[in-house]
Formats: sequence, structure tokens, C-alpha cells
Amino acid sequence: MMNNDSLDPRVNRLHLSDAAAPVIVNDGENWNIYEVFHQEKRGAHHEHVGCVHAPSPQLALVFAKEQFGRRKKCVNIWVVRSADIPAFEVEDEDMFANNADKTYRDASGFKVMEKINKYKAQQRGEK
Amino acid sequence: MPVDYRRQLIRLIEQHAHSEVMGALPEGTWITRAPGFKRKLALIAKVQDEVGHGQLLYNAAETLGKRREAMINDLLSGKSKYSNVFNYPAETWADVTVIGFLIDAAAIVNQVANAKGSYGPYCRALDRICYEESFHLKQGHDAFIELATGTNMQRQMLQEALNRWWQPIMHFFGPPDKTSVHGEKLMQWKVKMASNDDMRNQFPDAYVPKIWELGMTLPDAALQKNEAGRWQYTDPDWNLFFKVINGEGPCNAERMKVRKWAEESGRWVRTALMSHTAADMLPVA
Repeated sequence: MMNNDSLDPRVNRLHLSDAAAPVIVNDGENWNIYEVFHQEKRGAHHEHVGCVHAPSPQLALVFAKEQFGRRKKCVNIWVVRSADIPAFEVEDEDMFANNADKTYRDASGFKVMEKINKYKAQQRGEK
Repeated sequence: MPVDYRRQLIRLIEQHAHSEVMGALPEGTWITRAPGFKRKLALIAKVQDEVGHGQLLYNAAETLGKRREAMINDLLSGKSKYSNVFNYPAETWADVTVIGFLIDAAAIVNQVANAKGSYGPYCRALDRICYEESFHLKQGHDAFIELATGTNMQRQMLQEALNRWWQPIMHFFGPPDKTSVHGEKLMQWKVKMASNDDMRNQFPDAYVPKIWELGMTLPDAALQKNEAGRWQYTDPDWNLFFKVINGEGPCNAERMKVRKWAEESGRWVRTALMSHTAADMLPVA
């Protein structure tokens, strides 16, 4: 076992008590969650990169810059309170299923070559 | 999402988050005593990164429905664990270089594997963490080499630190597969992407040669690579590992003391910044 005299100045100078009094953090004490979107270069989309806890949008920006803008390239950041983002239920994913019958909405739903070839064959036949 | 998968993910990600934050404590104490301005700047940046990693991981766990406050309370009450390795003291500057080089290297082995797992928010957090950890590893290696190629006294200091940290490092990857409680299930679910023993074997492959090439030794005479390419080593003392997990490590008590003190003495700032009109709202899960 290693030496057990504390090397931590917070322990040996503050003389923190040994009393194991419970410390409780109350709900909401860590503020609200803000989603963070960063922009890597001007003109690019803002992309979601994570979130921060903050008491206001202004401080959310400050924390987001510190957390997500201190490495790599970043020219701008958006923050938005997570609770303000409406979203569909995960269970409703099936409503996004593509209707295979609606081929008239796809380029592949139009067979032009068949018609052209048929027309050309017809022309050759008439000569 | 299956209830048990969610529960295991929360447990794992939360522990990982706590480890990042608690891990900043032994290193943070060395910022004022770092030898030289450059080392001091690098150590400040590293400690800031570690706390940031804690934030990223807490965020990932929050997406599973557990509140930040609940996670912190579980840490402070001792209900949640954090990595055992941070319950040991960093006695000298050489300990800090061994932590920066080898503990971060061990963390990278673990995190690179798990970044390919099944839960997106955790994987994205890990990707970002690994990117920053690569700087930690490099600055640790650099400081390690400086001591290893320095005076006899510096080499001796480094050797003693290596001797102290070797067993905690071997412990770092968790108990042997045959006794691991959650291992198999977590592998099945692709929450863990490599078993504890596999990671423990992967680590020496990359890092033991980097220690030996500098003429330093490790305190295990049995340590060698066999013909099949697997590393052989003396099994670390698993009784000690479980003793430390259960609160009997050299620094468990003081780490919690400092963490609680930080929570208490930061409370007035959190409260002062709070807007009294903004309702506390939960995000969409």
C-alpha cells in the first residue's frame, strides 16, 4: 500500500473535516440542458455536437464555446434549450416508411428508353 | 429500448463520467508544482479536458433518462463507483508522467474499442474523448522520456513511480473475464467491445516496449510475450482490487472529501446564476 498522508492541498490546507455529512444536490441545481450546434466554416451547416448545462442562453453559449470550440475549427455556435425541441416519438418511426407504390415521385419511375427504342424500331420497320 | 440494456448503459457511462472528474483530482494537485511553464500549461489543458470528458459522458448518460443531479448524488453517497486507479496518490512528478503516459494509454485502449459499440451518444462522446486523449498520451510520453533520459536521480524517481503504478494499471482493465459480473452480457449487447483480459493483453503489446526501450523496468519478473503472441504476467492482487473498490484504497476517503467540498462550495455560484423565472424543464429523452 502506498503512503496515505494526503498530497492534496485542498485536504491538508483546508483541513476538511472527516465527518461524512451527506451532500445532496437538488433537482434543477444543475440548470437546464442546451443542445449545441457548431459551424466548422462559414456557409456550412450548423451540426449538433452535444449539450451543456446552463442557467441562461448567454451562459450556454459561453460553456459551449469552452466545451466544443476549443479544439479544431469552429466559426460559430448555436444553442437551444433541449426542452424547446419538439420531436416525434421514437416508436412512430414507421410513419417515415417510403411508399413503394409512389414511383411517380422518383426518376426511376419513368422508363423513357423503352419508349424511345420502341419508336426507333417502329421507324426502321416503316422504311 | 430493453430495460436492462438501458440500466447497464447508464451504470457504465455514469461510472465513466465520474472517473473522468475524480481523475482530475490527483493530477490537479500537481498543477502548482509542475516543473516549468510548458509542463504546467499542458497539465492545465489536460485537467480541463478530463473535466470536459466528464461533461460529455454525463450528457450521454442523460439521454438515457437519468438526471445529472441524480448521478452526482449517487457519486457523493458512494452508490456509484469510479475507476479504482484514482484512489492512489500521485506522490512525485514522476507519478504524474506515468499517469499521463500509461493510465491515459490504458484508457485509450478501452475507449477506442468501446467507441464502436451499439449506443450512438456514448460512441460519439468516446470519439471526441479519444481525439483529446491522444494529446494527453503524447504529452505524458514526452514528460516520461524527459525523466527516463535525464539524471540518475530522475531515472530513479521514474522507476519508483513505475513500480508503484504497475499493479493499479493492470487492475485498470477490470477483474478477470472469468469473474467479471457484467462482462459477457455487455459484450453481447455491444456495450463493451473487448473483454477485460483482451484489453489487459493489448496494452503491454503497445506500451511495454516503449518502457523497456528507455532502459526502465516493470516490477513483474514474469512479464514477457510468449510464442503465441500473448503476454504473460503475474496476476495482480485481485483481493486488493476489491478492497479498493469497496472504499479501502489509500485515497478513497480524501477524494470523496474533496469532491463533496467542491460540490458544497460551488453551490452559491450555481444558485446565484439561476434565473428565478426559468422553469426547470426536462428535454425529450
